Amino acid sequence: MLTGNAAAAWGARLADVDYVPAFPITPQTEIIEQLAAWFADGTLSGRFVTLDSEHSMITAAGAAAATGCRVFTATSSQGLVYGLEALYSVAGWRVPLVLVNVSRGLSAPITLEPDHNDILATRDCGCVQMHAETCQEVLDSVLIGYRIAEDPRVLLPVLVNMDGFSLSFTREPVTVPSPEQVQRFLPHYQPRHAEFRASRPMAQGVAVLGGAVYSHFRYQAHLAVQSALAVHAEAAAAFAETCGRTYDAVERFQLDDAEFVLVMIGSFATRARAAIERFRSEGQRVGLLRLRLVRPWPAAAIAGALAGRRAVAVIDQNLSPGQGGILFQEVAGTLVSQSDRPAVLRSFVGGLGGKEISLGEFRHVVASLERARPGEGPEGPELLFTAADRQQVQALGKIASPQKGETP
Amino acid sequence: MKVAREFFRNVKELPRDELLAPGSPLCAGCGALAALRLMLKVIDEHVVVVNAAGCLTLLAVYPYTPLRASWLYTTMGSAAAGAQGIRDALDVLIARGRLPAAEDLKVIVLAGDGSTLDIGLSSLSGAIHRSLDFWYLCYDNEAYGNTGFQMSSASPFGSQTATTRPAAGRPAGTLQHKKDIFAIWLAHKPPYMATVSTADPVDFADKVRRAGPLRGPKLFTALTACPPGWGHDPDQGAHILKLALTTGLWPLKEAVHGRVRHTYVPDHRRPVEEYLATQRRFEHLFRPVRQEEVLRAIQEEVDRYWEDVARHEICKE
Repeated sequence: MLTGNAAAAWGARLADVDYVPAFPITPQTEIIEQLAAWFADGTLSGRFVTLDSEHSMITAAGAAAATGCRVFTATSSQGLVYGLEALYSVAGWRVPLVLVNVSRGLSAPITLEPDHNDILATRDCGCVQMHAETCQEVLDSVLIGYRIAEDPRVLLPVLVNMDGFSLSFTREPVTVPSPEQVQRFLPHYQPRHAEFRASRPMAQGVAVLGGAVYSHFRYQAHLAVQSALAVHAEAAAAFAETCGRTYDAVERFQLDDAEFVLVMIGSFATRARAAIERFRSEGQRVGLLRLRLVRPWPAAAIAGALAGRRAVAVIDQNLSPGQGGILFQEVAGTLVSQSDRPAVLRSFVGGLGGKEISLGEFRHVVASLERARPGEGPEGPELLFTAADRQQVQALGKIASPQKGETP
Repeated sequence: MKVAREFFRNVKELPRDELLAPGSPLCAGCGALAALRLMLKVIDEHVVVVNAAGCLTLLAVYPYTPLRASWLYTTMGSAAAGAQGIRDALDVLIARGRLPAAEDLKVIVLAGDGSTLDIGLSSLSGAIHRSLDFWYLCYDNEAYGNTGFQMSSASPFGSQTATTRPAAGRPAGTLQHKKDIFAIWLAHKPPYMATVSTADPVDFADKVRRAGPLRGPKLFTALTACPPGWGHDPDQGAHILKLALTTGLWPLKEAVHGRVRHTYVPDHRRPVEEYLATQRRFEHLFRPVRQEEVLRAIQEEVDRYWEDVARHEICKE
């Protein structure tokens, strides 16, 4: 039994990482505490260094990768957005590393529990982005992540995302691959990227003048992230062969005959599975499409999985205020040019700041899909928020600002 | 009064090798370029320069670099962390037998005063605190030069910048006093730190050579002329930097393991006005009316500084 945090640390350990620059943030801390202990007792050789911020941490991670080390680091939430500038830079250097993000809602108001605004803020950096649903998938994704990051067709940071609390602090059964299995799947790092050394001076991250040169390099990053679709498929096949577990860019659950499909990412998809089992037992044909890769965007797999469905709901665990759910927009963009696209596509926002998505809320989503009619026009985003949630907030609101004559 | 030279007696003895080729898009008379050129001459060829956003970021513009050394541009706020990543990686790769020791590099951060004193201060502080074995050169042109000379925390009291232009309500221009980065560095107790100037290249080179064998942070801050920002002809930079020394405005000093000594103590300090009058950024202190109070305050600050030096430190011949 391992927590998501322990699974992430085991992934780094099995990858025999050379270098871990770190900075603590809840709920990521157990990952770096565990790695610090392994470097201290000699389980891992190489170096663990506590930096002064995530901005410095990601810069150091990228610089070490540019020098030829296999680098691992981890952060969460505020830390990820604090380091966002550096993440763009490191992606632009085209260096491989794996960063585990433990998702947590962004301040203000400050909170500890998960949603995906943090990781989706890095959506456009030029990094590969994988979302784990289980602790097992966290560990496996770190290993698969190095295969992708270090592939000469990609050479980019890979971000592996897990939800805070529901994975980071939750113990689940995890099979830890043997070092021999990992050695076969992920041999010791042989950098194929230009790295700093005395005999071969090079200038890295240099300025460009003019939009044409900038466009060229930025588009190269786009092509590299896109290449990660094929590279992921190859890596996942090799992983299945050595370690016996199979991963796809998207995961299809109860989809074959589904009329209604929920689209989700991350650990809250586990709640959707439980709800779907219930709906199935009640005779409703509901299925789940869980996106494991968000960058590269698995457009063909999404279009294929959703083709011909009666109605689809994207449940975003994020909110772009003034627009709505981020992944809804991307799914809609994928489907708009498909002739056999689902007749109805609805947007729901739920699980913000770790708010539970209950069976009742899933039931409401499916009922909304059943009621929806093609050509109904834009609907939503609808916030999943129950009467009990409202009562709780109202009660707290009364304490925060009591009306005249009320005792708080 | 100058301390005895240890490694170089005069400019003729400075290394002839040029690690910085001519030709770059920098301004004519850029003092930062002169400081970098001198520093690289003395350090070594096997260097990776880790750069923070600033004027010298324009040294390496795709597909050219004027350096025989390697180069990594990072961000404005995290160049020292970039140095950390490279240094650590080289150490790890050599220790794990994946890189021959002959491939090792010296790591040097190249950053302006805005990066060093403002946005990158936390990153630099962290690197010094971690005893990172690296070099640091701050080229201090006393403002955000690359963006058009806006005030930084290195801009001196009474100077004009693009964001502190003298006005009716603020005739002095910049009201803040220059942040004392030397004192901030000193509080970290690095093995070596120094102020330097290309106006005394032998002192500069001696300090770089002296720092060489020391393991850990080796920190240098150079006052560097900025013709467009300071407002002077490009050929006047050397003269103006000389005046910064002889007026006592830019003291030359070093600290080895926290013990400070001045390497040059002007015997008869020139009045600061002689320095100020050479640059357009101080013109408002003289015209249309002399701002006696501001001029006096600048002079008194310099006088107080050297009185303290005389009280606390004996300059060795």
